[in-house]
Parts: sequence; structure tokens; C-alpha cells
Amino acid sequence: MSSITEYFSGLFTGIRSLMGGMSVTWKELWTKKVTQQYPENRDTLVISDRFRAELVMPHDENNEHACTSCGICQLNCPNGTINITSEMIETAEGKKKKILSKYSWDLGMCTFCNLCVITCPSDAIKFNNTFENAVFTRSKLIQTLNKEGSKLREKKKETLAPKGE
Amino acid sequence: MLLNYSHPLEISNLTTWLDTTLRSSMPEFWVLFIEFALVIVALLTAYAVIALILIYAERKITAFFQARYGPNRVGKWGLLQSLADMIKILLKEIVKITRSDRFLFFAAPFFMIVASMATFGAIPFGKGLLAVDFNIGVLYVTAVSSVGIIGVLLAGWSSNNKYSMIGAMRSGAQFVSYELSAGFALMTIVVLAGTMQFSELIEGQRYCWNIFNGHISSIIAFVIYLISGHAETNRGPFDLPEAESELTAGYHTEYSGLQFGFYYLAEYLNMFIIASIATTVFLGGFLPIQVQGWDAFNGIMDFIPSYVWFFAKTAVLIFLSLWVRWSFPRLRIDQLLNLEWKYLLPINLVNIVVMVILVLTGLTLKDLFGII
Repeated sequence: MSSITEYFSGLFTGIRSLMGGMSVTWKELWTKKVTQQYPENRDTLVISDRFRAELVMPHDENNEHACTSCGICQLNCPNGTINITSEMIETAEGKKKKILSKYSWDLGMCTFCNLCVITCPSDAIKFNNTFENAVFTRSKLIQTLNKEGSKLREKKKETLAPKGE
Repeated sequence: MLLNYSHPLEISNLTTWLDTTLRSSMPEFWVLFIEFALVIVALLTAYAVIALILIYAERKITAFFQARYGPNRVGKWGLLQSLADMIKILLKEIVKITRSDRFLFFAAPFFMIVASMATFGAIPFGKGLLAVDFNIGVLYVTAVSSVGIIGVLLAGWSSNNKYSMIGAMRSGAQFVSYELSAGFALMTIVVLAGTMQFSELIEGQRYCWNIFNGHISSIIAFVIYLISGHAETNRGPFDLPEAESELTAGYHTEYSGLQFGFYYLAEYLNMFIIASIATTVFLGGFLPIQVQGWDAFNGIMDFIPSYVWFFAKTAVLIFLSLWVRWSFPRLRIDQLLNLEWKYLLPINLVNIVVMVILVLTGLTLKDLFGII
């Protein structure tokens, strides 16, 4: 007896659940299309800020960056895409100081793991979302991130001053 | 009385004119010869054109179900996409498989295409657009459409490939099982209508379609026919003979070029054939919507050409089939056979008895409300 009720209840539950499935797809039929017609919609294309496309070193209006050339990013990079060249100079006060001369990054080797950005102690680098990175020669993928004639932003004194008070 | 209205858009006007002109200038033999040739050409063209339209419609509707645009690059809204695909498939090389059974391998697609073509020829597309009007039309259609399975089994066997073989065996099991249900569902309506001839079947549905006439029993038969017809075409949730994740492409794995095109074409046309038989048998075929007593309404509805009605009804059913296809997950082989042998077939057998009782006791809608 129970098997007969089971048979019919199974049948009707099945039909109801199939109807439920079809109502879901019916609603889906009328939803907005999600396809991005890329080359045509270049102007209106929205790429999420989180998207990691290209490593950049933000420079302010005085052509100053925050990189102290400590080399932590270079150490953390699993693929060795970052190559920092630094030089020692002597400041006006007579202190020896390491300054950045060339920050080179190889896009072709990068896996966009974000480890360099996470570990940077002075937030000098970040990933932006400009994704159109295609070039015809591989050598163009090796980019220099610090701009010509840029120097380190002197902010240590400003931050230290409140502490001293 | 309804026939007094003029039907300027009917194709039967053209065919009647052609027939009278030919008969006035030629002996009987040549008239028939030319007419047969014209019918063959028209059917073959319609076969190819309908397949192209269906492929385009399927790709578009599929895309809409998945919130995509579908083909939209070749021509306006991608209208020429299936034409481009056809040209591509015609130009492709037919690969000869070295260790296959050559003769059967090349013969198999023809079984498939001939079966679907022979069924296609018996469909009444509109008033006067019925190539052959057998007095056992329903039986003919069921019999001829099952020849296609020989093509599938031969393809699987002759390919000398395990994927093809498993696909063909699954397809065979599926087809043989569901053909039973489809046949019984059609027989239920034959009990109701009392005829197997398509023209009589349609004429009997002028004011009351068979699906309404036999109410509960007809609706059950309709649903069962749609399910089993859908399963016979190897599509939707029943596409395990060509389950691409397990079997590459099933029985037509080894086929390429035009031969693959035959299978592809036959698959789409089988979908159309199932929908059009359901239209003819359940939904009044090419007849317009008519209500007894509303002469003005009937006249307006009758003004729309019969082939438009036929294709509109068929299109609704094809859309239903696509909707089902993109709603449900694929069945396992045991679930597939369970559905047929434990659910559809017993329900069908009870249903046919219910229908006999309805007809004998005069409980059909025609009897109850005195519709002609």
C-alpha cells in the first residue's frame, strides 16, 4: 500500500518540481543580456577596480613616488618579475641613503598574484584595471615603473613630527 | 459555409491553377510526372530551409535562455549564420575511417535522412499542401520515423569506436522505449477521432481540437506524446546518446563533413516533425481557431492562410521543446528507462482505456456540448 502512495506522490512531486524548474528558466529568458560586446562598447565598458591588469607606481604632482627601494617586493615575487636597481647617495646632512634608480617589471612573467602590493611597506605600488596590454614584441612587456627624474616623497618628517609632541 | 470566404493567400490556389493549366495542354501521364517532380523539389527545398531556420531559431532561443545574444555577427541579427555554417559543412572533407565497415559507415546517414524525409513528406502543411494522404497516415508516420534508428545503430556499429557504439546502444534503447509511448499516445487520439487519415483527423477538429475534445485523457496523451517525442529526437534532458562529456559526440563521433550534416539536419527536422505531428493530431493542424456560432470571428480567423496557422502552432511546440531542453539536467540511462517503463507506459495504458470509456459513454466535449 505504501509503495503505491509513494509512486503517486513521487509522480506529482516530480511534476511540481519540473514546473518549478521551467518557471525559473522562463524568468531567465526575459532577463537582461549579460554579454559584453567588447570592441564596440569600449567607451561604456566597466571593469572592476579589483581587476589586476597592470602594475603601476603612482606618482604625485611633484613627480614623487613612495618607493624606498627596500626590495621586499622583489623578494616576494614568485616569478622574479620585479627587478630593482638602486644606488647609494649621500644626503646634504652627510647620511648615506639608498634611492631608486630603476624599477623594472616584466608583464610577460607576472602571474598577477598581488604579493608585491600586499607586502610593500610604503604602499608604493598597486595594480590598476587597464587591461589592454597586448603588444607585438616581448621586449615591450618589460616596463619601467618609476618615471624619469622622479624621487622619493619626503614624508617621514611630517609623520614623525606629531609623534614627538 | 465557411468555404465561401475567399482565401487569396492560400498556396492551394496556385497549385490548382498549375494543375488546370497543365491538364489543358498535356496528357495525363506527363501532368502527373511534372507535378510529382515539383512536389519532390518543393519538399526537399522546404526540408533544407526549415532546418536552417530551426538551427538559427534554436541558437537564438538557447542564447536568450542563458542571457546571451546568440549569433549576431553574420548578417542582420546573425540571420545568415546558419547559411554560413551550411556552406562550411558542405566544403569540409569527408574523412574515411581506416578500420571501419566502409559500406555500412557510408550507408548509415542515408537511413537517417531518408526516414526523416519520408515522414516529412506525409505532414499536412496547409490546405491542399498534403503530398500523400494515406488512410493510415498516423500509422505510416510512426512506422517510417522509426527507420531512423537503424541509421543510428549502423553508425555506432560501423564506426568501430567504443564511444559511437555506446552512444548508439543508448540511443537504440531510448528510441525503442519511447516509440512505444508515442505510438500509444497517438492511438489514444485515434480512438477519439475514429480515423487514422490526417485529412479527416484535421477536418474533425474544426470547432473543437482533439486536445479539448477528450479533455483529461487528451491532455495526458498530449503531454506523454511531447515527452516521448522529445526523447525520440535525442535532445534536451534525454540527450545521453550524445552526452559530450562522456561520449564525445555519441554515435556520430566519427562522421565529418556532409555526413555529419545529414545527422545534424535529421536531428533538427525530427524536432520539427514531432512538433508538426503533435500539431496535426492534437491542435487542429492547419485549421484556424474557430468557435461554433461566431461566424464573423471565424471569417476573420479563416482569412489568415492555413500554412501560417500550421507553422505558428508548430513553432509554439518547438519553443516548448527548447524550453524543456534548457531547463532540465540530463537523465541517467536507468532514470530514462524508469521514466518510460514505470511511469509513461502504465499511465498511457490506463489513459487509452479511459479514452475508450469517454468515447463510448459520450463524455467527450463534442458529445456534451453538441459541437460538430
